[in-house]
Amino acid sequence: MNLLAGGTKSVAERSFAAAALILALVGPLLFNEYWVSFILTQTFLIGIAAASLIFLSAYGGMVSLSQTALFGISAFALGNMVTQGEAKGLHLGWNPWLSVVLAILITTAVGLLFGAISSRSAGIYFLMITLTYSVIGTYFFGQVTIVSGFSGIGGIDNYTPSIVGSPTTQPNRLYYVALVVAILAYILIRYLVRTPFGLALQGVRDEPVRMSSLGFNVALHRTLAFGFAAFVASLAGILFAWWNGTVAPDTIGLQSTIDLLVICVIGGLRRVEGAWLGAFAFIVINNYVRDVSVPVLGGSFNTIIGLIFLVIVIVSPDGLMGIWDRLWSLGRRRGGSATGPVAATPSGSHG
Amino acid sequence: MSSVALQRPLRLASRALVFGAVAFVLGWVLFYARSTNFGPFIHDQRNFTITLLNGITFAGLLFIVASGFSLIFGLMRVVNMAHGSFYLLGGYIAYEVQQGMTGQGFAIPSTDVTTWEWVAPLLVAAAIIGVVGLIVQQVFLRWNQGQDLRQALITIALSVIAADQVVAHFPRHVPAGALRFGGIAVSLTWPGWTDRFVNLHVFGVQYSLQRLVMLALGVSVGIALWVWLYRTRTGTIIRAGVDDREMTSALGVNIQRTFAIAFIVGSSLAAFGAVVGSSQAGVSSGVDGQWLLNSLVVVIIGGMGSIFGAVAGSLLYGLVFSFSAVYLPTTSDNCCAQYSIVFTFALLALVLAFRPQGLFGRAG
Repeated sequence: MNLLAGGTKSVAERSFAAAALILALVGPLLFNEYWVSFILTQTFLIGIAAASLIFLSAYGGMVSLSQTALFGISAFALGNMVTQGEAKGLHLGWNPWLSVVLAILITTAVGLLFGAISSRSAGIYFLMITLTYSVIGTYFFGQVTIVSGFSGIGGIDNYTPSIVGSPTTQPNRLYYVALVVAILAYILIRYLVRTPFGLALQGVRDEPVRMSSLGFNVALHRTLAFGFAAFVASLAGILFAWWNGTVAPDTIGLQSTIDLLVICVIGGLRRVEGAWLGAFAFIVINNYVRDVSVPVLGGSFNTIIGLIFLVIVIVSPDGLMGIWDRLWSLGRRRGGSATGPVAATPSGSHG
Repeated sequence: MSSVALQRPLRLASRALVFGAVAFVLGWVLFYARSTNFGPFIHDQRNFTITLLNGITFAGLLFIVASGFSLIFGLMRVVNMAHGSFYLLGGYIAYEVQQGMTGQGFAIPSTDVTTWEWVAPLLVAAAIIGVVGLIVQQVFLRWNQGQDLRQALITIALSVIAADQVVAHFPRHVPAGALRFGGIAVSLTWPGWTDRFVNLHVFGVQYSLQRLVMLALGVSVGIALWVWLYRTRTGTIIRAGVDDREMTSALGVNIQRTFAIAFIVGSSLAAFGAVVGSSQAGVSSGVDGQWLLNSLVVVIIGGMGSIFGAVAGSLLYGLVFSFSAVYLPTTSDNCCAQYSIVFTFALLALVLAFRPQGLFGRAG
């Protein structure tokens, strides 16, 4: 019975995934340009950044708030290397592909450094330390005018590789690039967590002391996981720089850091799929609620986002994916299977 | 085997690195400091002393805010991400009260502000934020104790709402005829008697009395907290609760009441700091994030939940902040790049690399 229920659930999930994938593949034929270039492309690329956070949280037990900063570092690095002429920053005018590779390498290196510094902390301490990274990153790009300055770097979309073309006149190209990168990032994460490294990482998440006495280097595993997540976030940063054309300190400010966390919490901090689900929900809400004024309280859409966030954290800490999982386990219980504990996600702490 | 054998040389190397870094910084500031604004200490004692005082007085303010954050964390393991929002809200409430009391409108000349017209806003803001903190704790944090991530997420959600609500409703007093911009920078005014410079008779330094008052308030809060935590019954219970919550509760202490008290005091300290900070540097939309960062840096450096850690963290952070702003080389072609934030990060990284639990924190 259990097996059967689990089977139907995974069948249901796979059919949903296949449907979503087919929809995404033919998206530009079905949706208008605004949806394609604004909402869906943004969903794919922000989802990649969110996936890097959920990967760390779900498999490493590390809720990192510095993914936005890493995302920004790669966008700023790209902007500095690729632009030329009047642009802010270093405007080195290098080859786009070379710049992309270097931006990814720099971000991964910074991620390894961040990870190494915080690798001996876990849980709530980790959250606090990575939050300071994020805020420091914002101030860094605001204050160090050589690499950016307050107004940021613009015109990055004029220096894309030929495969991407011009994001403004050829939005479909960036749409497919973002889609392919998102799928690859998802596959890579799912692959990594099944490798010996990924399994050891999950051991480190649950039992750091035991893993340590078994001879695993706990700090090294956390550092490498963080470096990998930085790599994933850097992909999102590059896509963002192409998509938006501009990257400014404000792009990676505290507000954006919290937004990314909201996305992950809406999607669910336990399953990587939730990243794109959360990103889609957040971007659509953000897009259509922007002009609504809040009754009684007053205030703008941020109050609504905050309230939604609050309700989700209180009602279902595992987000939409958690609700989905719980619906299935409820159904299973209804179905009369009394054997064994229900695999409902415990609504306990992750730290 | 190899990792054990490596530990001793690694520890020695790391100590050498820390000492080397500290020695280099001291040597730079005292003797070399080429192409900086003031030059080294041996050439310019006056500006060195002023920078030192700036760091220490800023530490006084840092301590007021961060000690509240640390108190709440130490007792309840709640990372109150809304601490910066309490600061923001406290600053605006005090501003409105002071505007109402003096009836001057917007920029009040400090000669028109009496001590009471500064203290009353402080008391009102601290009381209101204390109540707000109590409500937050009772409604949102009481039923999910021990779920530290969930609690942090809840306070983040509250801070998102608070930031937006502040922009929607504050400031209420604006210059006559001006449009009201939500969350625009306003500032409280220090009492008139503080608006002067005192001669310290050290290297001819004239120093702002306001900043000295700021330091004095920080020290007073520190002493009051120490007396409260180490010399009263409530304080003893709180310290027992920090050490072992279940055991304290099992001894018949009403730990929930203690939690509530600590949350009121911790939140009020954010408002207290906000009144001091807004008198010095104003308050505007966005300072919530800045003060959340400040509180985090102080308690991460000093160690969470320790009052002495908060002192040490405030001093280190305050000094690094003030010295890195003026003792870094500037070049002519790039006047305005400030690297001080890099040094804040370096300080944090250095402390965490060698003491993950902070200077005064206990492991585990």
